[in-house]
Amino acid sequence: MALSLTVEKLSKSFGARKVIRDLSFMVSVPGSLGITGRNGSGKTTLMKILCRLVPPTKGKVAIRDGDAEVASAECFNYLKMISPEMALYEMLTGYENLKFFSTLAGVHLYRAEQDKLLDRVGLVERGDDLVAAYSSGMKQRLKYAVALLAKPAILLLDEPTSNLDDAGKAIVREIIARQKSEGMLIIATNEAEDLKQVEYVIRLDN
Amino acid sequence: MSSGWTTKALAVLAKDIRTELRTRYSLNALFMFAFTTLVVVSFSLGQLSLNVQVLSALYWIIIFFASMSALSGVFVKEEDGKTAQTLRLFARPSVIYAGKLIYNMLLLTILCALLTPLYVVFMNVTVPDWPLLLVVILLGIIGLSGATTIIGAIVAKANVRGALFAVLSFPILLPLLVAAIGGTNAALAGAGWDGAENQVRLLVAYAVIMITASAVLFDFVWNG
Repeated sequence: MALSLTVEKLSKSFGARKVIRDLSFMVSVPGSLGITGRNGSGKTTLMKILCRLVPPTKGKVAIRDGDAEVASAECFNYLKMISPEMALYEMLTGYENLKFFSTLAGVHLYRAEQDKLLDRVGLVERGDDLVAAYSSGMKQRLKYAVALLAKPAILLLDEPTSNLDDAGKAIVREIIARQKSEGMLIIATNEAEDLKQVEYVIRLDN
Repeated sequence: MSSGWTTKALAVLAKDIRTELRTRYSLNALFMFAFTTLVVVSFSLGQLSLNVQVLSALYWIIIFFASMSALSGVFVKEEDGKTAQTLRLFARPSVIYAGKLIYNMLLLTILCALLTPLYVVFMNVTVPDWPLLLVVILLGIIGLSGATTIIGAIVAKANVRGALFAVLSFPILLPLLVAAIGGTNAALAGAGWDGAENQVRLLVAYAVIMITASAVLFDFVWNG
């Protein structure tokens, strides 16, 4: 059995407000899933729960590699997320961010490989600039380069095309196409174009 | 503990040093508070001859308040800059804790290396036992860093950070400060190693307990 992500009877409340109720699904590699719903319906919260960044109120999220369940503390080795609520270091350059996160991921990236990653997201000419000097779209592109350096089996994209121009959206769609054929892709978005790229869609409506 | 773990912890340390040198977020707060206080105390006391107990207490009061102004910054910056969640997806909590702990130790070591000779000159202090004084300061730095790193991680998730950091730190740091002041007092009074034995033991025990407990608890604080 390949790598899979299983969600069982997941619920999340903030005080008395229930955001997610009894949600269950499973996605396997290769595969893709879209999560949609109006603002405040819990899309970002669900993505954070899947990444273990936020604990669920009830229910369980498990990653299975073959027959074995991956230990909670090891899950970060399997998945990466790109979200407007996550940032890179503004006072480091694009290259320095790549180098730092590749060291943390245990991946040794030579300069040529860093160039290739930055070229893939259209940032190779600005790689030596501080991230603080980047536009919001460029910062979003750099997040893709950082997430992809670890070659994650599971890639979660929260509002994947926010802040991006047409060229940036084309880059993201190429990344989406590759990820859903080689690994697992989960997208949280209300963009119809993005949702067309996934096999299954969950609508969160409280 | 693998070499990969060490490399990652050192990468966190190197990243913090690099960003600090570009922003001076903590360095300015730490040094400005320490030197301003030292100069104000020195000028206001004039030529008054203070006994070694008062001199020891003043030295650690300056270090305590300077620490309160800067050492929580290592985690506050990560939470405010929204980089904490990115870090959580790339590294084990123990790697982050080790990198931040060493960074805080480094900051305090630089502070003490600059403050101590200035304190001796400005306050007209005679030090009969430099080795003992340096050991007490070093143990104080280790204990202070251990406590402020874990408290900084807790406080970074709160809304009223400034007040909370000092409020939480004070009771936790009180045994350390009492022992550090006692040890400094013994070094300045020329009481020798025998005279400072209890304080040195307490400082060693505090540092070991605080760093061990923090390393165990950090996982819950960071991912909580």
